[in-house]
Amino acid sequence: MTQYIIRRLMWVVLVLLMITLIAYVIFFVMPPVDPARAFAGKRPTPELIETLRHQFGLDQPFYVQYGRFVQRLFLGDEYGWPGFGFSYATRSPVREELFQRAVITIQLGAGAAVVWLLVGIPIGIVSGIKRGTLVDRAAMGFALFGVSAPVFWLGLMFLFIFWQKLGIAAGTGYVALSENPVEWFGHMIMPWIVLALLFAAFYARMVRGSLIETMGQDYIRTARAKGLSERRVVVKHGLRASLTPIVTLFGIDFGTLLGGAIITETVFNMPGLGTYVVQSVFRGDLPATMGVVVLGALAVTVMSLVVDIVYAYLDPRVRYT
Amino acid sequence: MSEPLLEVRDLKVRFPTADGIVKAVDGISFSIQPGETLGVVGESGSGKSVTFLAVMGLLDLKAAHVEGQIMFKGRDLLAMGPREMSQIRGMKISMIFQDPLTSLHPFYRVGQQIVEAIRVHREISKRDAWRQAVEMLGRVGIPKPEERARQFPHEFSGGMRQRAMIAMALSLNPDLLIADEPTTALDVTVQAQILDLIGRLKDEFGASVAVITHDLGVVAEHADDVMVMYAGKVAEYGRRDDIYYRAHHPYTWGLLESITRIDQPKTERLRPIPGQPPSLIFVPSGCPFHPRCRHVMDVCKTEIPPLLSEDGRHSSACHLSLREKERIFAEEVAARA
Repeated sequence: MTQYIIRRLMWVVLVLLMITLIAYVIFFVMPPVDPARAFAGKRPTPELIETLRHQFGLDQPFYVQYGRFVQRLFLGDEYGWPGFGFSYATRSPVREELFQRAVITIQLGAGAAVVWLLVGIPIGIVSGIKRGTLVDRAAMGFALFGVSAPVFWLGLMFLFIFWQKLGIAAGTGYVALSENPVEWFGHMIMPWIVLALLFAAFYARMVRGSLIETMGQDYIRTARAKGLSERRVVVKHGLRASLTPIVTLFGIDFGTLLGGAIITETVFNMPGLGTYVVQSVFRGDLPATMGVVVLGALAVTVMSLVVDIVYAYLDPRVRYT
Repeated sequence: MSEPLLEVRDLKVRFPTADGIVKAVDGISFSIQPGETLGVVGESGSGKSVTFLAVMGLLDLKAAHVEGQIMFKGRDLLAMGPREMSQIRGMKISMIFQDPLTSLHPFYRVGQQIVEAIRVHREISKRDAWRQAVEMLGRVGIPKPEERARQFPHEFSGGMRQRAMIAMALSLNPDLLIADEPTTALDVTVQAQILDLIGRLKDEFGASVAVITHDLGVVAEHADDVMVMYAGKVAEYGRRDDIYYRAHHPYTWGLLESITRIDQPKTERLRPIPGQPPSLIFVPSGCPFHPRCRHVMDVCKTEIPPLLSEDGRHSSACHLSLREKERIFAEEVAARA
């Protein structure tokens, strides 16, 4: 198992390198803006631009720049480890801002995950057991709504109804937990729900399908033939098998979210990784963009490793060597 | 004759579907005596499995309409509530299934699954139940049962899993064991072992057995009675020797002729029964077997042959006269089989 994890961690590093390289190539093949020119302000002298280019390292060939980026990432830079360099746009270290924003995105993602699991899984279970009934139809109607409602529309509708019209929810923006826990919760609850709704709907459908499939298995018939109560058949035999695949799904979804929930963050004006990466791309701020890319890729690859390890504990048929 | 352990009277199982009503079981009656083995033979869709799922109370009553009586030790199982039924299911009547590969839960240890079966019905400690489970695994011929009990089903071979299923089914010492195609999914070499095991344990535990199969060869050795089903009806029913040596129904003849014999010189090709099993929604008029029957007469196409007995024991549903039946069997079937 240890060997397996070490091998997988090496893969994580490799995947990170591949992804960052591709991100670099994209940046250089079609640069949206010249960062030096953008930074130099209005009417810069050619000398100033040249100096800035040199400072940013933009006068170096592409592979040297990428090499430096990798070196900073693994060995750290003057701002700490891992090094992400400084932002072309703000001239402040990327690392600090990145981590501040990551904390916000993690709060958003983790809260939403709790909501969608608490909503999606029970709905899926109930509608899977009561297949074809009114309850099932209502639940699947909700799921269809959740899957098809665009997040930006949903976010705006929530803001309009609960903030502007009813005045029962706090508006956009972010308040740190340490600053004011009540305000923090008030500002987080709507983004959580909006972000969770799509996932909840999707998970409800997945759980329903998985449970229905499981309940048709031979071993469920065996469990019934033993004389177990239907409740025990569903809970101990049905759910155990049908929720296991949901673990995989959840790991990957959660990992992806940690790279930034762009639309939700934008609608609710939350300074997370999603808004950061959008800003950075528009400003041609390569180090900041790369910072988010690294964090996002890391979250997905590490989560998929975690999922695989958890799965080996849940499903005895799976063993890694 | 003593009081039968199980007596099924005029059982009907219907599934309403969008295409029409599927008459899966269409008025069958049979009984099993204590300590005896009934072999139930028929093609896929003949209603044999559905009949015994009804006995187990495992049919989804929202989807199936069940009529008739299933008398078990003098009480009608169909009249019982779900709670009472679950006392009998697994405890007095237990069942093993066709595919041992998928019939055990992949996430639980084999021992645990037997423990669960025991503890549903008996209030004993987990430790005692475990000891009992290990003992059962030993009795069904699984080597190193302590070790095996801690393993997961995927670590068992197919034959071992079926043995484990049998151990689970017999762990509460049931009166009736239903084996639904217990050897169909197994290697030929393992099939005989499993059948012998069921036959031996039946005597050790004093249980009655119902073996459901599509292969007359499977029940040849162990069955006391044989019931041949076709299209949800009983085609022929009698003592084993009546079916093997004095069969009266053309469908049974077809089944007898399609048993592979390797102990005799290969003189002729196997003669399969032509055609397909009938739709259970649009059952053929008259005798349901008439479109596939070699001896079909005009009356077969219009009138349903009643299940008649010549001697009170051996009955068949066929319009042929007894003399004709005996002649055809002697000339055509016995000569070949």
